[in-house]
Amino acid sequence: MKPTDIKDPEYFHKVVDCQYACPAHTPVPEYIRLIAAERYTEAYMINWHSNVFPGILGRTCDRPCEPACRRGRLQGDDEEPVAICRLKRVAADNKSDIRDQLPVIPKQKNGKRIALIGAGPASLTVARDLAPLGYIIDIYDNQFAGGGMMRSQIPSFRLPIEVLDEEVNYILDMGINTTFDIEVESLQEILDKGYDAVFVGTGAPRGKGLNLPGLEDAADKVHLGIDWLASVAFEHTHKIEEKVLVLGGGNTAMDCCRTSKRLGGDDVRVVVRSPFEDMKASPWEKEDAMHEGIPIYNNHVPKEFVVEEGELKGMHFEKVEARYDEDGKRSLVPTGEPLVFMEADVVLMAIGQENAFPWVERDLGIEFDKWDMPVVDPTTFQSTNEKVFFGGDAAFGPENVITAVAHGHQAAISIDLYCRGEAVSERPAPGVTLASQKMGVHEWSYDNAVEADPRYIVPLAPLDKSLADRKMEVELGFDPTTAFKEAERCLNCDVQTVFEEARCIECDACVDICPTDCITFTPNAEEEQLRVSLSAPASNLAQDLYVSHDLPTARVMVKDENVCLHCGLCAERCPTSAWDMQKFLYNVTKAGQ
Amino acid sequence: MSYQIPKFRHPQLPVNALGYTKADYEGSISTLCAGCGHDSISGSIVRACHELSIEPHKIAKLSGIGCSSKAPTYFLGKSHGFNSVHGRMPSVVTGAAMANRDLIYLGVSGDGDTASIGMGQFAHVARRNLNMVYIVMNNGCYGLTKGQDSATADEGSVSKKGDANMYSAIDLCATALQMGATFVARSFSGDKEQLVPLIKAAISHRGFALIDVVSPCVTFNNNPGSTKSYEFVREHAEATGTVDFVPMQKEITTAYEPGSSHEVTLHDGSSIHLYKMDEDLDPFDRTSALINMEKHRTAGDILTGLIYLNKDSRDLHDVMETTRRPLNTLTEDDLCPGNQMLKNINDSLR
Ligand SMILES: Cc1cc2nc3c(=O)[nH]c(=O)nc-3n(C[C@H](O)[C@H](O)[C@H](O)COP(=O)(O)OP(=O)(O)OC[C@H]3O[C@@H](n4cnc5c(N)ncnc54)[C@H](O)[C@@H]3O)c2cc1C
Ligand SMILES: Cc1ncc(C[n+]2csc(CCOP(=O)(O)OP(=O)(O)O)c2C)c(N)n1
Ligand code: SF4
Ligand code: SF4
Ligand code: SF4
Ligand SMILES: [Mg+2]
Repeated sequence: MKPTDIKDPEYFHKVVDCQYACPAHTPVPEYIRLIAAERYTEAYMINWHSNVFPGILGRTCDRPCEPACRRGRLQGDDEEPVAICRLKRVAADNKSDIRDQLPVIPKQKNGKRIALIGAGPASLTVARDLAPLGYIIDIYDNQFAGGGMMRSQIPSFRLPIEVLDEEVNYILDMGINTTFDIEVESLQEILDKGYDAVFVGTGAPRGKGLNLPGLEDAADKVHLGIDWLASVAFEHTHKIEEKVLVLGGGNTAMDCCRTSKRLGGDDVRVVVRSPFEDMKASPWEKEDAMHEGIPIYNNHVPKEFVVEEGELKGMHFEKVEARYDEDGKRSLVPTGEPLVFMEADVVLMAIGQENAFPWVERDLGIEFDKWDMPVVDPTTFQSTNEKVFFGGDAAFGPENVITAVAHGHQAAISIDLYCRGEAVSERPAPGVTLASQKMGVHEWSYDNAVEADPRYIVPLAPLDKSLADRKMEVELGFDPTTAFKEAERCLNCDVQTVFEEARCIECDACVDICPTDCITFTPNAEEEQLRVSLSAPASNLAQDLYVSHDLPTARVMVKDENVCLHCGLCAERCPTSAWDMQKFLYNVTKAGQ
Repeated sequence: MSYQIPKFRHPQLPVNALGYTKADYEGSISTLCAGCGHDSISGSIVRACHELSIEPHKIAKLSGIGCSSKAPTYFLGKSHGFNSVHGRMPSVVTGAAMANRDLIYLGVSGDGDTASIGMGQFAHVARRNLNMVYIVMNNGCYGLTKGQDSATADEGSVSKKGDANMYSAIDLCATALQMGATFVARSFSGDKEQLVPLIKAAISHRGFALIDVVSPCVTFNNNPGSTKSYEFVREHAEATGTVDFVPMQKEITTAYEPGSSHEVTLHDGSSIHLYKMDEDLDPFDRTSALINMEKHRTAGDILTGLIYLNKDSRDLHDVMETTRRPLNTLTEDDLCPGNQMLKNINDSLR
């Protein structure tokens, strides 16, 4: 293998599993250490710069970082990822007033006007990045306040309105011109206002329905999940019937059933076509629903609405089982059992969302593909009309808040480049630093001991109380003591093992001490060959091998990054400091930086 | 400074016949200097015992005084251990081995512990052919007391202080051979590929097995001019050949060119294959071994690998015709055969 080029910022970035998996590349271990040090405000600001909504995301993030967390790969089935998301919330809960740390908005504007359609997290991120650069920003949204689906969809028992308002307002208070309660009905009209650029962040606002027999007769008792959730959030709906069937297995279904339970639903059931394990909802959302006494019926395909004398009585379902072919492709095969009847006074359909751009004229130079989605560049977020950019759920279909934020940052870079007449394809390089953490002989500036504690559980409000009040937050968050212990579980994957071959005397000290057998001195070979011949097999192909230049004995040092604990023992045992523990800080460059 | 090894291990560590991983043979975190050769030897011992699937409680590790003699704390944490007095490890092992022949005795010593204060004990334990593995972690100095030249320091070798050693060196392998040791090998802490099979073979051998392992002291004797530094040993080590250890009841999978290898069956049924052997050396002949060692010594090389093996070794128990059972399993009936027997003995003496 060729020697590893550690100057390539992506090499060490990939080692920081959580940060690499985060769409916005939040420097996770850096803020976790600050939380352990009770420096909550600094921890919050690191988050704020990366992901804009630390308090919101600390409660609601889809947390792609956690399945990626190294801790989850360690030996033992019960070893779980660090509770990264809930630690973020600790920073938000315990910070001091941060308003004086927010960017200063120039009084003198740069003369460029940008329109943002939709006031969801994608647009708000664009506003956050461009306002400090002097852009004049107009936001249009059909809701009465900013936040998009974070306001209309995510229920208050998961995200209190004050938390939402606080973080949305940090941005709107940057002198953003808002036009709320207005449906934008023509992009042409917006363009005609002479904006220098337009960002479309309108999300995927249309709920999918199921056109089954009986629907017409039952129609007033069948709602689209997202519309119903919005009407609850906007205080149009205050109660629901007793027997509720929620169709669908995603997070929307989980929010629908849990909200129903709080609005008077007594017999609330979730019915899903797929097997339980294949449900789209995150495991923790399913757990939360079941904890609230909501049963989930899997392998039931809805067949028809049963309506008697003009009144919805329930639904028929066909029982199926999942079969997987050789390629692992699933098909749901009826079991042949008689149809299952479930009673219902009302049905909520939560089977998916779609994009809809009826308001975008098709003669504006914006190309649409065969699925009627705009053609958007995945790096620059520019459409085929160079003035118009898309991001968030509007760009590539429904995702989540953190993805919308990541898109927003990138779109802001593009808009800034575009307005300055520069090529949007010239992306700024990330900002990286690599600095030794050595404080003395065998002393490191980070807490290198590896804690063995299992993952800590976030305490919940008493069930009876939280079910009685849809606005009462269910999760209470970690207290500072538990937060400290959870933070200490983090392995500090950003503190990198950096190897300098010129210093190595090949004494084997690092090999002998390494608890997880990461290091091998061996004759060089092709990657495939090396992976099976190291001290311990390097079978996780998603994780790189770190290969040195040739050593005096004609061997190379090969380190499998897979389960390195970043414990620093190799560097402690190295007599010549050929190994050093160096903190790698990777920051995604933002617009104008 | 770390005081504990993290509990996590590689998720795919191989397990041995007992279902144990290498981690089950480890000890406490080392307090030796970073880069000390002794730690690597500990690593080799761990690997050898794991690969041999020895139950940890069947091993007793004994040592004297020195950094090397501290090392047993850092491996085989679940085995028996005895840290004795300076240079006196051989007599403690002798006592233990006579009392309980069922344990595997692993003596760990230093060049000071063996070749200076313990020279007499070393000579006698070798000549008695006590069934034990005797590992010398040989760094040419007294590491623990800050690096004074030891009796194995080569004449002219320069220590960190800068003075050349004025005296002739004791060659522990040669001494052991002359004293009657039945397994003699030399190795280097930085060469696990060679050392691990040698340790396995030494454990399987019945009789006194010496492995003199050159083990650089990074703190006091790894400087230019030292003949026990990493660099010097790497440049001057000359292997007698390659030792391949094949455990008992394991199929031989390596293909050897015909006539190129010697196969030796050891006492426990496992075997070793010696191949790529130095043509001048007959490892089963003491004279050849001594001549070869001397040849390399005068050429300024360090001869490593298996140097001598007595295939017909009879250990101290064989020679003394002692009971086959550990003393702690003998009952009163075994020990007091009764009045009649005593009478017979007395009569035979009349
Ligand atoms: C029930 C539910 C629960 C969810 N829970 C989570 C969660 O816990 N965590 C998570 O990360 N994600 C969650 N999501 C997904 C998340 O809300 C979205 O992915 C995210 O909000 C997308 O952000 P966005 O900025 O692209 O668009 P949106 O947040 O959808 O914002 C778009 C805004 O534009 C407005 N708009 C649309 N068209 C027009 C128009 N023509 N004129 C004016 N205004 C318009 C919309 O009303 C909306 O306010 C959930 C989604 C749903 C449906
Ligand atoms: C009876 C006695 N005499 C002297 C000493 C001092 N002493 C301690 S260790 C040591 C030499 C150790 O050298 P070696 O066996 O080579 O071990 P190393 O530290 O080099 O591994 C000496 C002389 C002692 N502890 N006890
Ligand atoms: S252990 Fe810490 S740094 Fe490593 S992936 Fe998990 S959260 Fe990130
Ligand atoms: S930091 Fe060094 S010793 Fe610790 S696990 Fe990683 S490679 Fe091994
Ligand atoms: S003094 Fe020498 S022998 Fe002792 S621990 Fe340090 S390096 Fe090893
Ligand atoms: Mg010594």
